[in-house]
Amino acid sequence: MTWRFLRNVLLKGSVLFLACDLLFAAWHPAGLGKVSAYNHLFPGRLRFPFGENPTQAYNLSLFDLDAMFASHVIAAAPKPADEYRVILIGDSSVWGTLLKPEETLAGLLNAASITACDGRQIRVYNLGYPTISLTKDLMILTEAMRYQPDLVVWPLTLEAFPTDKQLSSPLVSHNSGRVRDLIRAYNLPFDVNDPALWTPSFWDKTIIGQRRDLADLARLQLYGVLWAATGVDQVYPADYPRAQIDFAADDVSFHDQQPPSLDEAKLAFAVIAAGVRLAGETPVLIVNEPMLVSTGKNSDVRYNFFYPRWAYDHYRQMMSEQSQRSGWSYLDLWDVLPESEFTNSAIHMTPAGEAIFAAQLAGVIQERTCSK
Amino acid sequence: MTLTYILIFTAIALFLGLVMRNRWRVYWLMGVSALAIFLLQPALPIRSLDFWLSTLTLLLTVLGWLLTTSSGKLRERGNLVALAILTGIVLCANLTRYLGLEWTLSATLPPKIETLLAFLVVVALVLGAVAYFKRLSLKFLLTAGILLLIGIFLLLKVPSLAIATSGLIRLAAGRLGVNAAATDLRWLGFSYIAFRLLHTIRDRQSGRLPEVTLPEYVTYVIFFPALTAGPIDRIERFIQDLHRPIALSSEDLTLAGKRLVVGLFKKFVLADSLALIALNSVNALQTRTAGWMWLLLYAYTFQILFDFSGYTDIAIGIGGFLGFRLPENFAAPYLKPNLTQFWNSWHMTLTQWFRAYFFNPVTRALRSGKRRWPIAAVIFVTQLGTMLLIGFWHGVTWNFILWGLWHGIGLFLQNRWSEFIRPRLAGVENRKWGKLSLTVLSNMLTFQYVALGWVWFALPDVAMSVHVFFKLFGLT
Repeated sequence: MTWRFLRNVLLKGSVLFLACDLLFAAWHPAGLGKVSAYNHLFPGRLRFPFGENPTQAYNLSLFDLDAMFASHVIAAAPKPADEYRVILIGDSSVWGTLLKPEETLAGLLNAASITACDGRQIRVYNLGYPTISLTKDLMILTEAMRYQPDLVVWPLTLEAFPTDKQLSSPLVSHNSGRVRDLIRAYNLPFDVNDPALWTPSFWDKTIIGQRRDLADLARLQLYGVLWAATGVDQVYPADYPRAQIDFAADDVSFHDQQPPSLDEAKLAFAVIAAGVRLAGETPVLIVNEPMLVSTGKNSDVRYNFFYPRWAYDHYRQMMSEQSQRSGWSYLDLWDVLPESEFTNSAIHMTPAGEAIFAAQLAGVIQERTCSK
Repeated sequence: MTLTYILIFTAIALFLGLVMRNRWRVYWLMGVSALAIFLLQPALPIRSLDFWLSTLTLLLTVLGWLLTTSSGKLRERGNLVALAILTGIVLCANLTRYLGLEWTLSATLPPKIETLLAFLVVVALVLGAVAYFKRLSLKFLLTAGILLLIGIFLLLKVPSLAIATSGLIRLAAGRLGVNAAATDLRWLGFSYIAFRLLHTIRDRQSGRLPEVTLPEYVTYVIFFPALTAGPIDRIERFIQDLHRPIALSSEDLTLAGKRLVVGLFKKFVLADSLALIALNSVNALQTRTAGWMWLLLYAYTFQILFDFSGYTDIAIGIGGFLGFRLPENFAAPYLKPNLTQFWNSWHMTLTQWFRAYFFNPVTRALRSGKRRWPIAAVIFVTQLGTMLLIGFWHGVTWNFILWGLWHGIGLFLQNRWSEFIRPRLAGVENRKWGKLSLTVLSNMLTFQYVALGWVWFALPDVAMSVHVFFKLFGLT
């Protein structure tokens, strides 16, 4: 072996690596996430991958929507003929923060084993994702429609409405292409050039630029082993800070809005309209999800950490009017749970709270199956 | 060692291997290794303890040399220069405290300079005393050196002693002793350093140790490629490499580079990926079925191999850039037909160390004494003893003891079984398929036994290990 040989090996290796890198960037295999060990080697996950403590939760957050769906049980097989498919989209209260998969809304509805009017088994899929943004929900719904739902249930809350936070969810900002398509297709009141929408450069698309995403994709597959082995997809701490119930008397603002009324232009009702349009023939049931109604200090000013009373009351009024105007199916369950049935946030429910919520919804869903 | 440090040390090794070929080479190697000790020592909850442990590593090494070298050698110019370099490095590492937290060589802020100077005065007195008393009673001092190292080893490895020591250090540092934990005393590479020192002291006792200079000795003990995960070289072999004129050929570089790349792949791709799903104290209690438990156990079985052998490959690769041929530590251990062969190919340098300093001497003693022990009893005592000591080397806990017992008993049973079955299987072994079947069966059984042994090794307590055994065999 000569020095010349060694030099040539190094040179050829570098050129080959560079070529692969550039080819990868030019090709940019966006569908790579669709290749998944879930639903093949391991059972699909019952909710989307999400987690900030991967080594204990056997779960991690990633921005590849294809990979998220490919790891989900909804992608396991074509829809069976005897299944009435319900998909749940929404935020962390749907995903089930601090709840085991079987304690989530979807888990409880499935456990109730309800059947549709035509005799089909109602099967509910948890497509919630723990960030609060209607646009994020809309983006997920776009993908979810490929799985032929018979009913879309969309629990939401006012915190998901402010237009200035629609694009800041990391999942939204890292899927700028999809979001721009939605903005254009449904004429949403957002700027397609909003700096919050991250546009990858050519170098970001190379293997080196994508190393984090590729590693996440690989780790997601590996964690499939532990998901299958343990059924754990979240850390369940024995103790955690409880949701805030005491507030300052002068804390009356909601984002940049002040009493006495909300500015409708600053709320993303257009995204809900887009969702209903996107669903087309598939009915959409919009649910104003339960939230903590505090009885603590200055609870006459605020309902909870998120909402001053004036803002939330006005929002409920607007939602009711908008629904009537637009013909949306709307269910307002904002106060069905007592203060004690919330955990670490004003919208995160205890298993018992989730069961009450599920019981309320189960009847409505079953009713919907008869009204077609 | 992180990937960044490995790349930095690779660059340094390449520079030293290709450029630094003169008589100063040994000083460079010693200096870089000394700096590596400060750089790689992880941060500890007790302020400045990382700096003190690094300094103590150097002190113990110098003491080791002083004990094992002939009298009067310290006054030789080369050794004084080495001592001055080491003192300079400690002082420089300390002075980085005045550059601000981001620029300290050690992980946390080093102590004040006046504290270090006072310590160095004490060190000078200790070294002087050792040099003086060595003339009077070398035997006593060598034994004291061995006991000191074993004592420190026990302080670090026995959880209750480690907690007590940490508590005392915390109190001395003006902090609350109740927060003490065994992990407070994570001393970088001490297990390896101590065994190299013990090897030189024992060889000095038996008169086999070659005469080496201080920089050579220090370089041997703290050689930076092998600092964190071995291998545990023998000093006479290491010195041969050090003395050999360095003339790296393209073939040497290719081989070393290949070894480094293989090591990086094993450690950072295979081992780190398997680590995500390997058996541990959390998933051991969460796993629902026997099948998945086996998978987690196999993941651990290969993770520990790739992790450890990957680091060895990295060490051998970086050593190769410097013109060293560090000894092998692994030779396809999971493809061996019996436990004896497994232990001849797993962490080989550690096994050889125990064979040289425990197994062989004890076997000789038991077989050559006035009352000769029966052969089976000798094998039982020596193999069980050796494996228990290897267990202790990893940590003095019930699980490591049980892991040692598992292998000790396994080795004994395998030895007796082989004696019994060999003549009876002679006919089968002569047939091609018979031999192949036997080999495959033996390999599988050995692998399975080793893999099950990792249940003790991977988990922190006996109850959890028993739970995993029950789950593996479908008993819960």
